[in-house]
Amino acid sequence: MELTVKQRANSKDYQTDRVTSEKEKVFNVIVFLILFIFAITMVFPLVYMVATSFMTKNQILSGKLTLFPNPILIGKYSQVLSKGQFIRGIFNTLTVEVPVLLIGGFTSSLAAFAFAKMNFRGKNALFLALLATIMIPFAVVMIPQYNLFTKLGWTDSLAPLIIPGCFGNIGMIFFLRQNLYSIPTELMDAAKIDGCNYFEIYYKIFLPLMKGALGTQLMLWFMGIWNDYLAPTIFLRSEKNWTLQVVIRSFNSYYAIQSDYALIMAASVIAMLPTLILFFLFQRVIIESIAISGIK
Amino acid sequence: MTSKKVKVQMSAMAKREEKWAWLFIAAPFIGFILFMAYPIAFALVASTSKWTGMNSLWGNIVGFQNYAKILSDTKFWKAMGTTIIYMIGIPIGMILGMLVAMGLNRKIKGKRLLTTMYYVPVVSSLVAVSILWAWVFNYDYGLLNGIYKFLTGSHGPNWLGDETMVKVSMILFMVWKGLGGTVILYLAGLQNIPRDYYEAAMIDGANMWQKFKSITLPLLSPVTFYILITSLIGGFQVFVEVQVMTPSGGPNYSSATVVFYMFEKAFTNGQLGYGSAVSVILAIIIFIITAINFWGQDKWVKNIE
Repeated sequence: MELTVKQRANSKDYQTDRVTSEKEKVFNVIVFLILFIFAITMVFPLVYMVATSFMTKNQILSGKLTLFPNPILIGKYSQVLSKGQFIRGIFNTLTVEVPVLLIGGFTSSLAAFAFAKMNFRGKNALFLALLATIMIPFAVVMIPQYNLFTKLGWTDSLAPLIIPGCFGNIGMIFFLRQNLYSIPTELMDAAKIDGCNYFEIYYKIFLPLMKGALGTQLMLWFMGIWNDYLAPTIFLRSEKNWTLQVVIRSFNSYYAIQSDYALIMAASVIAMLPTLILFFLFQRVIIESIAISGIK
Repeated sequence: MTSKKVKVQMSAMAKREEKWAWLFIAAPFIGFILFMAYPIAFALVASTSKWTGMNSLWGNIVGFQNYAKILSDTKFWKAMGTTIIYMIGIPIGMILGMLVAMGLNRKIKGKRLLTTMYYVPVVSSLVAVSILWAWVFNYDYGLLNGIYKFLTGSHGPNWLGDETMVKVSMILFMVWKGLGGTVILYLAGLQNIPRDYYEAAMIDGANMWQKFKSITLPLLSPVTFYILITSLIGGFQVFVEVQVMTPSGGPNYSSATVVFYMFEKAFTNGQLGYGSAVSVILAIIIFIITAINFWGQDKWVKNIE
């Protein structure tokens, strides 16, 4: 253990001491240019999307290749935001988000605590059973779930999206459990001596310590729910319950016939904004947590 | 060791701990029974019936009739073929992702900004970017044909309206959408390779290609394995982008995937039993492919020691 730490430290020293040769510097500039041009190509469709949302119909249908709206039209945004269906879509999505993240976040972190820090029979078998569900394609459970929710009379509400989420999220349990392993268990023994019960140990000691990891996971879950389309399309029968993604998809089929691409793009831009803003604000932790998943 | 522990009389304290623990994992466990285990069992039974949701499931058990029908339906095989053709995007994404990650792993400026630019499509809503790309692929006014006309002076291909081009379009879209994830995973993998390895290779006089072939590639194999597994599992479940860009399954059903076929049977035609059988076939294929991958992994996946 000590040896590896030392090795790491040595290689770090080496990295900073390293003299970059002229030839290598030139090579790095070329690499940067290639990566930069390619990165521009990657975001270009998104830039084009924003540009289109500000264009007039005439400009869009002129068939000329242009990226600059002339004149700049912001009317499409107010038009989208004044549509009751669109606002209701945002509201419905938030109605799903809030209880799922609060309750599901609680149940997931509690379970992660039990799996990481407590002893009980069947621990590993239960954990593996939960983990195996990641491999089960959603297609398999979608018809039975649809039937179940219909029988329960949930399909006329947002319940099919809210209630299953409240039972927790296995991906989140997995990551929090991993995170808890890095927190010393001795803390638990100390708390026991102080007379704390297990829930108090979770709530007062470990929950504050896993705050960072919990926050990242909740953010990723928020994005997942926000962008979810398949489950809402299957389970929500009435239009008044449609979540935002279902709404923009219906806008797409409806307004494409009228060639109102600016409106479609404006609606899509608004629908993408919250996840993009979250990503820009917290990109370091989000990228880190994605990277960990591949190394584990 | 654990089995011995169980046999030994548990102390009152250990028993109490166990009760608390079971209480703590109760919610995910009940959720697992209700929304995963029970539905899987249900799908297996339903797949042997002519259930439509309106009639009784148990009164319409027909055995393996659905399976026989599916396997002799040319539409199913077409959808299966398309699903597999789409997977051409997996190695393309891997190679591009590895190249970009290797570039980003060098001493270059703006690393953070570049990583963000590659990753933006990944966090973007799949529906929104599918709508966007349907517009980019638009035959008359789309961005791609605009560029095509600008460069060549003639009209570009009918991206979503041609049986072959629609597949090319979908692959292009999927590579674009997923590339950032591959880049980040490979970048993390590259940063995990100890620098001393390259040092030693340099002293031995290895050139860039040799270093790549005998250090980088083998030491990235665990990441490659992870990307391969998750992309294959995801690849068999492609649906949303197909439904948004080509709502009817493309010209002559040429863009439809297996899940698209299943969705259509189950929710458009109301053949819930038949749809369940399609989903069971899909799950079996995914299971077999994943098992083959795990079984074959010790042949090529190396670990850093």
